[in-house]
Amino acid sequence: MTTQAASQPMILGELRLRRSRLKSLWRIAQQKPVGAVAALVCIALILVAVFADVLAPYDAARQGVPRLQAPSASYPLGTDNLFRDIFSRILIGSRISLGVGFGSVLLGTIFGTTLGLVSGYFGGWVDMVVSRVIDVVLGFPPLVFAIFFLSIFNTDRGFSLKAFTLVSLAIGIIITPTTARIVRASVLSIRNLQYIEAAISIGGSSPRIMARHVLPNVVAPIIIIASIQIGNAILAEAALSFLSLGIADASHPSWGAMLQDTRGVWEQAWWTAIVPGAAISIAVLSFNLFGDALRDVLDPRLRSTS
Amino acid sequence: MAQYITKRVLFSLLVLFAISVVVFTAVRMTPGDVCKIVLATPDVDQQQCDAIRNELGLDKPAPVQYVKYMGNLLSGDWGKSFFSKREVWGEIRTRIPLTLELTVLSTVFALAISIPIGVISAVKQDGWLDYVLRFVTIGWLSIPSFWLATMLIVFPAKWWGYSPPIGYVNLWDDPLKNLEQLYLPAFSLGLALSASLARVTRSSMLEVLRQDYIRTSRAKGLAERAVVIRHALRNALIPVTTLFALQVAVLFGGTVVLEQIFSLPGLGTLTLSAVFVRDYPQIQGLVLFFGAVLVMINLVVDVSYAWLDPRIRYA
Repeated sequence: MTTQAASQPMILGELRLRRSRLKSLWRIAQQKPVGAVAALVCIALILVAVFADVLAPYDAARQGVPRLQAPSASYPLGTDNLFRDIFSRILIGSRISLGVGFGSVLLGTIFGTTLGLVSGYFGGWVDMVVSRVIDVVLGFPPLVFAIFFLSIFNTDRGFSLKAFTLVSLAIGIIITPTTARIVRASVLSIRNLQYIEAAISIGGSSPRIMARHVLPNVVAPIIIIASIQIGNAILAEAALSFLSLGIADASHPSWGAMLQDTRGVWEQAWWTAIVPGAAISIAVLSFNLFGDALRDVLDPRLRSTS
Repeated sequence: MAQYITKRVLFSLLVLFAISVVVFTAVRMTPGDVCKIVLATPDVDQQQCDAIRNELGLDKPAPVQYVKYMGNLLSGDWGKSFFSKREVWGEIRTRIPLTLELTVLSTVFALAISIPIGVISAVKQDGWLDYVLRFVTIGWLSIPSFWLATMLIVFPAKWWGYSPPIGYVNLWDDPLKNLEQLYLPAFSLGLALSASLARVTRSSMLEVLRQDYIRTSRAKGLAERAVVIRHALRNALIPVTTLFALQVAVLFGGTVVLEQIFSLPGLGTLTLSAVFVRDYPQIQGLVLFFGAVLVMINLVVDVSYAWLDPRIRYA
């Protein structure tokens, strides 16, 4: 009896809290209608990637439909030169495109945050070493770096967890410098505040202070830069797959690889050239617009850093 | 100024040194036996293998190999390709003009598109034109340049039966045909680049337009045109230059993809074909070359930046 009575107001309180959160979300959506639409498209894309095999009308890998059919009711986006349904392949392909996109941003954010945190917090020679390491990474043209990296480490290409990790790592390293610089600048701006000094004076260890006191206060810029980088990562993945350096193979399509597969027939079947590129552009545009809106909402001061 | 330049040059040399060490080490970390790659067969006999290792200098300790490699590099000997047995530097050199021309043309397109858009957007801040231009540029930012290139091939061919001539000709042999081959890839790359440049031009212009000296030049009765172009734009271009230096790196990556689409025999095509056959001497030479060019461009931009804006020299 008592537990029930006690939990009732708690549930009510939680409901009220949830409703007020929804309300503030709605208010933000009204202020940033473009960003809100972009966020919905992003969520839809993620759902499509998750449920791709349920949604796809045909087996994306199997060759069993008429060749090079223009878009129609039975093949909404047409068919390709290897007897496959393009709509199904676009749905399944979202897995690699978004998967590598998120994977590489996750890795890049972890590296960049660690480097930025350490160099901003310790300063001095640590900062100098980290900055020089970043300068070296920036000395490579990004895509050329990724190609070089994959040519050395991903020698047996194809669809595997190892290949996924390596491609994500290649793109992750490319985006690390930007994250590291932004995190470093944010850490520097709070490094000498009193609560950090207090934490040091009561004898907190450096890793503990960085994790418990510094990191939580630089989370906003990290989220913003990560969301902006997802679009770039998807673009980079598409370029690598297009160059046959990604993780796509015959039964695991990706949007970039689909363009490569149909290169010879673009002129006779325009949809094979337009559809995968449109998928890439829509995904990248939605994540870019979403990241932009998120930045304006969370931290208007960062507006000039794009 | 002399001191600043010396410092930047030394720093660039240091970065170049670090890049060469990274590339050199990475190439030696490749999984698999180098003999199998060179002979392109899984079963090799030991004697052949030793001969290859000896020829490539792989039987010596790594630091010795590095010093020897760098010494040869500086005297113009970049080693030989595993497969074609041609000089690595010779292969690179013959492909420089095409990639250079593509890069320069893309830059021209990018600047011609982005600067006017950035300026108009800033001058008409928050007007409908500004909103349209901002939305359009963020759209461009999301279009992969290789997809745009695809459409530029597909639709003119479909509608007007037009396609750019295939087979590359040198600029000096037939300038018109050469330009006809390069303007589509250059436009695709330039458009992608112009998006970020336009955005930075806009925000940099907005900042400059609020400065006191702009108010002064308006107060003394200068025409708005003169204020915007002569007084504001010239100062606003400094951050644009920096971004541009960063974007040159992206441009290099873009040429790899676009040369592939338009079947142009440039540095990008060379890189890709070397990657697919695991021609490590060629890959190593190419990556070092790209790195060196990039570091030099950054050096030039840093120095000119300091020359344009005295505040940087003394910081």
